[in-house]
Amino acid sequence: MSSAVLASDSTLQARQERGQRAVFCGLTSIVWLHRKIQDAFFLVVGSRTCAHLLQSAAGVMIFAEPRFATAILQDKDLAGLADCNEELDRVVGQLVERRPDIKTVFLVGSCPSEVIKLDLGNAAQRLQRNHGGKVSFVDFTGSGIETTFTQGEDSCLQRLAGELPGDDGVEQLLVVGTLADIVEDQFRRLFDALGIPAVRFFPGRRAEELPPVGAGTRVLLAQPWLGDTSRALAERGATLLPAPYPLGAEGTLAWLRAAADAFGVSAARFDEVTSAPYQRAVKALAIHRERLAGQTVSLLPDSQLEIPLARFLAEECGMQLGEVGTPFLEQALMAEELARLPEDTELTEGQDLEPQLARLRAARPDLTVCGLGIANPLEAEGLRTKWSIELVFTPIQGFDQAADLAGLFTRPLAREQRLGGFQWS
Amino acid sequence: MELSLWTYEGPPHVGAIRVAASMEGVHLLLHSPQGDTYADLLFTMIERHKRRPPVTYTTFQARDLGDDTANLVLRAAADACQHHQPQLLLVGDSCTAELLQDQPGTLVNGAGLPIPVIPLEMLAYSRKENWGASETLYSLVRGLLSARAPAPGGERPTREPDRAPSVNLLGPSSLGFRCRDDVREISELLERVGVRVNVVAPLGASPGDLLRIPEADANVCLYPEVADTTCDWLKRSFGQPVIRTVPIGVGATRDFLREVTEVTGADVSGVLDDEFSNLPWYSRSVDSTYLTGKRVFIFADASHAVAAARIASEELGFDVVGLGTYAREQARDVRQMAKSLGLEALITDDYLVVERAVADLQPELVLGTQMERHIAKRQGIGCAVISTPAHVQDYPARYSPQMGFEGANVIFDSWVHPLMMGLEEHLLTMFREDFEFNEQVTASHLASGGGSHERAAPQPAADAASLTLAWDADAEQELKKIPFFVRGKARRNTERYAAERGLETIDLDTLYEAKAHFSN
Repeated sequence: MSSAVLASDSTLQARQERGQRAVFCGLTSIVWLHRKIQDAFFLVVGSRTCAHLLQSAAGVMIFAEPRFATAILQDKDLAGLADCNEELDRVVGQLVERRPDIKTVFLVGSCPSEVIKLDLGNAAQRLQRNHGGKVSFVDFTGSGIETTFTQGEDSCLQRLAGELPGDDGVEQLLVVGTLADIVEDQFRRLFDALGIPAVRFFPGRRAEELPPVGAGTRVLLAQPWLGDTSRALAERGATLLPAPYPLGAEGTLAWLRAAADAFGVSAARFDEVTSAPYQRAVKALAIHRERLAGQTVSLLPDSQLEIPLARFLAEECGMQLGEVGTPFLEQALMAEELARLPEDTELTEGQDLEPQLARLRAARPDLTVCGLGIANPLEAEGLRTKWSIELVFTPIQGFDQAADLAGLFTRPLAREQRLGGFQWS
Repeated sequence: MELSLWTYEGPPHVGAIRVAASMEGVHLLLHSPQGDTYADLLFTMIERHKRRPPVTYTTFQARDLGDDTANLVLRAAADACQHHQPQLLLVGDSCTAELLQDQPGTLVNGAGLPIPVIPLEMLAYSRKENWGASETLYSLVRGLLSARAPAPGGERPTREPDRAPSVNLLGPSSLGFRCRDDVREISELLERVGVRVNVVAPLGASPGDLLRIPEADANVCLYPEVADTTCDWLKRSFGQPVIRTVPIGVGATRDFLREVTEVTGADVSGVLDDEFSNLPWYSRSVDSTYLTGKRVFIFADASHAVAAARIASEELGFDVVGLGTYAREQARDVRQMAKSLGLEALITDDYLVVERAVADLQPELVLGTQMERHIAKRQGIGCAVISTPAHVQDYPARYSPQMGFEGANVIFDSWVHPLMMGLEEHLLTMFREDFEFNEQVTASHLASGGGSHERAAPQPAADAASLTLAWDADAEQELKKIPFFVRGKARRNTERYAAERGLETIDLDTLYEAKAHFSN
C-alpha cells in the first residue's frame, strides 16, 4: 500500500507513556476467534497462567468442551526442547483423537513458549506431515510479550494471510476482522444491494474456506487492530481502503462509502441503499444522544477500539472527550478516525497505570471506559464505568447496532440517575 | 505437558496475590509479562473488591527483554513503595519471569528499601494456586517471626491464670470459600466459650498482626489448604499446638469445640447442644424422610470434600456414591474418608473425568465447585457449590457461613433446596399422566374461571431401553396402578431387569420378578 494513501491530515499528537500496563495479552482474542471460526481448535502452548487467563476472560464455563485448551508446560518440558516437541506431539495426538470434528488446529504461542524459544512454526509443519493432511496446523503468537489483547487476532490473521490463495486479478472486496455473524450478514446484504461484485469476509466461519487475495483485492478493515494483517495483505498485492471503522451511523456510512467509491458505485445508488438504514440508525441514536450529550468520557488503553469509540462518542453522541488512551497508535490505521476527532483531544499512547489513574481521579469524568480489573474500584470511588471487554464480545458495528453501542454507555449513567439518592457507603 | 481445558486452580502466583489482597499494609511486586494483570479481575469482579489487589506488575514486553528486565524490577519496586507506602513488600515472579531467572527477590532485597522485603519462590511449572497461597503465608510468617523464635528446647511460657485463653484463626483468605462469614461465625463461637481470637490471618491482618501470632495459646488451622505449612512451622518453632478439626457440619463443630477444650481448657459444654443449630432437628423431621438414601456425588478441595462427605452421610442420611478432590497435595484425607464410605476416591484435576464419573453414577445431588455446577446443570441434576473455584454468585451479599452451627443451617438449606426443586420437577412429570392433573386439562386452581383449552400432548419419555423393549397391555396397566412417585423407578428397574436378561416383551411376571429382584 502506498504511504500517500495513509497519510494523516490530523495534527493530533499522542503523549507516550511507559510503565505498568493493565491490559490483557493477545491470547484473549481466542475467546472471540474460536466462536467465529467454527471448525477450528485453538491450542495454547503455555503455562497454567495462560489457561487461567482464558477461562477468566471467557467468564464462565459455558461450553462443556470448549474449542480451546492449553498444553501446560511443566518442569520436565523445560529440561530439553527435544522432549518438549515430543510432548507437544503427544498432546496434539490426544486432542485430534478426542475431537475428530476439528479440521484446523491453531498452535498459539505464549510468553513462556517464546522465552524458551519453542518453534511452533516448525511444530505446525511437523504435525501437518504426521497427521497426513487430515488436520491443518497453523501457528501464531498470542503472547503478552509480543501482543496486546486484540493484537492476538492480528497475529492470527497475519499468519493466515500468507496461506491465502491468489485472486488471479479478479476484483473483490475483502472485509477483514472478526464480526458477529449477524453483523456480517447485514453488511453482506448492503454490499450486495450496492452491487459490489464479490464480497468476502476474513476470517470466515470455517477455517478451511480461505478467501483469495491479490491485485484485484480491496481490503476494508472492520476492526482497528489489524496493522500486521493489512501489511501482509498489501504484500500480496491488495489495496487497503482508507476508512473510519463501522461504529455508529456516521462511521458505518463512511465505511460503506469507502467500498462503494472503490467499486464505482454511483452516488444515487449509494444513497438509495444506505439512506433508510442510516436514517433508522440516526433516529435510534437520538434518544441516547439526549442522555450522553455534554457528558465527559475518558477511555483507558485496552482494546485498540478507544480512538474509533472516542470519535463515535464525540461526533455522534455529543460527549466531551477527556483523556483517550490507546495501547499503541498506528497512525496509518487511525488516520480517518483521528481526522474526525476534536483538535484538542488528549491522546495517550502506552500506559503508566498509577499516574494515569491519578489524572482520572483529578478529572473525574462522568464516564470511564476501562478494563474489567479496574471498573469496580473506580465505581467504589464514585466514578461511572463501562468495561471495555464487552465491546469486543457484543455486536456493535453497523447501522442496526449503532443504538446498541450507544446503549452500552447510557446504561451506567441511567443507573447512576436511578440510584442517585441511594447512598451505598 | 498436560492438556487442560478448564482448570480448577490458577497458577501459584495467583495464590500469592490472594494472600496479599487479604492483608493490610502488604504489597506484592510481581515480575510478570504484560497480560498477567488479568488476575485483578478475579478480585474486583468475582469478589467485588473495592480496591485493586495490592500488586505492582512489571508487565515486561519483548522490547524490555532486549534491554534489562532486572532494572525494570528495581524501578517497579521503588515506584510501588513510593506510591503505595506498604509496610512490607513481597517479591515474586510469574511463570514467564521464572524462566528469565532475574531473581527479583534477591535483587529487591539488595536495593536498600526502607521496609522489609520477603522474596517468594513460586515454582510455576510444578505447583498451583493453593500451594502458592500456602507458601506465601508461610514465607511471610517465617520471614517476620523466625528471628523471634525461642531457642530449641526452650519452654513455652504458661499463660497467666487471669488471662482468657486465646487462639489464632489461620488460613482465611481472599477468594477462599465463604471465609468472611466463617471467620465471624467461628470468632463468635469461640467468644461464647471464653476463648479470645488473637489474630486472624491472612484475611484482614497487617504485618504487625503477624508479629503477635506467638502470643496465642494455639493456632486454629481453619483452611488447611492455606495454613497447614504455617501451622506446622509455628508448632515446631514456637511450640504452639494446632487445632485441626475443620468445623464444617454439626458433628465437626462439636469435635472442634472438644479440641478447643483439650488445647485451651475452655469449658464448651454450654454450646454443644442442638439448640444452636436447626440441622439435627430438621434432618429428623418427617419432611426429611425423603432425603433418606439420596445419592450424592461430592467433588471439591480436600477439606470441603471431607466435611461434606461427613455431613451427607452422618447428618443428612444421604448415600455418598462418589467422593473426590482436585487437590493432589491433600488427597490423603479424601482417600481415607472415601475408604470409610466404601468408595475409591476420585483424585483428578481433569473436569472431563469428573463429568464422566457423574454421568456413570447418576447421583441425585452434586456437591462441588463451579465446574461441577456446570456439569450438573448439563446433566439435569441438582447441585450446590461447596468449595472454590466459585463464581460471583457464590460470594453472596447475605451472611452465609459454612462453618459452625449457623454454617450447618446454611448447608441444610442450600443442599436440600436443589433436591426439593428436583422433587417438584419429579411430581410435575409424574402427574403428567394423572387423570385429574394432566396437561390437557385446565389447572385446578383456574378451573372455576372456565375456558378449558386443549394443550399439546406431552411426548412420552423414551430412553434407549424402552425403544427395544415392549410392555404388554396388562403390564402397562399394572404399572399405572403403582403410586406415581415410584412409578418411574419401577419402570426403569423393570426395563433394566428385562434388558439384562435379553427379554423382548415385559409382561406381568417380568414386572413382579423385577420388583422381587430389586427389593433384595
